[in-house]
Amino acid sequence: MKINIPNSAFLGNIDPFLRNFDASSPEALEITANKQWISIHPMVIAMIAALGLSLKPKQVRCEAMEARSKHYLKRMGLFDFLKIDSGIEITEHESAGRFIPLKQITNSEKLTEFITEVVPLLYLSPKHAEPIRYILSELMRNVFEHAMSKIGVILCAQYYKKSNTIRIGIVDRGVGILKTISPLHRAKTDLEAIGLALTPGITGTTKRIGGTDYNAGAGLFFIKSIATVNKDFFVIYSGNGMYKLLKADNRKSIRLHADPFKDKHSKGGDFPYWQGTAVGIDINLDSTEEFSLLLDLIRKSYSKAVKEQRKVYYKAKFI
Amino acid sequence: MKIISKAAFQVKLLPKTGVFAENKDIARDIRIKYLMPVLEKNGEITLDFEGVESATQSFVHALISELIRSLGSEILDNIYFKNCNKSIREIINIVVDYMQAAT
Repeated sequence: MKINIPNSAFLGNIDPFLRNFDASSPEALEITANKQWISIHPMVIAMIAALGLSLKPKQVRCEAMEARSKHYLKRMGLFDFLKIDSGIEITEHESAGRFIPLKQITNSEKLTEFITEVVPLLYLSPKHAEPIRYILSELMRNVFEHAMSKIGVILCAQYYKKSNTIRIGIVDRGVGILKTISPLHRAKTDLEAIGLALTPGITGTTKRIGGTDYNAGAGLFFIKSIATVNKDFFVIYSGNGMYKLLKADNRKSIRLHADPFKDKHSKGGDFPYWQGTAVGIDINLDSTEEFSLLLDLIRKSYSKAVKEQRKVYYKAKFI
Repeated sequence: MKIISKAAFQVKLLPKTGVFAENKDIARDIRIKYLMPVLEKNGEITLDFEGVESATQSFVHALISELIRSLGSEILDNIYFKNCNKSIREIINIVVDYMQAAT
């Protein structure tokens, strides 16, 4: 595998980074990087860390970093995850209020601990903390319940003062969404499977619309809805498929669609194969709605969406 | 008119869930150990959210969806949700609404 850390890769311009990822020869990882300046989304850092974790240190080759911003990767813990000596020396400043360095979470109990201990360190008001811990919890529980990821989940997050935005990356190396969804729902491609996973009422645990006693098939729809209402980016990449929720037009009123392909988005079904699922989300703290108002919007659209799902009848096959 | 809970059985969620109710395994345990045995006998129960700041839809789904599915929507007459803030009320309403739409 080869991965190049570019000059810039945020959710708005992440496509070239993903398309440059070379997934061939999975027994080795070669990391190269822009030599001038590196400014990348936590999803990118989490992806590289996850790749490295799946390998032994001797299988990872990382060229010497020259970019002036290389210290950032060190501080986020990337080289510790890759178990390589970067030769970069730093004085570690307190992360609280600014970022969450790379973390590996392997089970439900550790997730609860993480949310209890780490999220308060972001020093957010309740209005901002609520959607963030909500998103972290739902995305990571999805991994434990569906992904069968041997490395668990890798995440990191960064607060950007200038844009007043928190950017989060959550990545696994599990079976991917298609393998989870396709035994029970009609999905032939990774992109179709991502579309179904984002549709309310559809879960990888039952054919029944509305889910089981344990899974409603609502988690990803809620997260997409939070991003839609707050006019934020949301990216989900699994297998060869990539779906990106684009920022909604400020002038238009918000509509929450059951069908993710009716939202303002971009997509591709021919990306290099990612074993597992990678998710990136941005949360602009200036535009964050009160969480209860946001939930009210979701409530109004959710039941309607589930009812609509139940109207999709199977057709008779005539031959 | 404010509904006053007369349920003999009460479950305080805070000691089990912490301020953020998100662990679905805990929700399922509460449902199986405390809610179902009472509600199956047509008893009444109060879920007290005092001190709980927020909950996920997945948590509330794991807590009450199976009650609605197996005992019918009427069982909601036997459950009192106490000390819920706005966000938790919204989440409970979402789950209650979609479970009735889906069953």
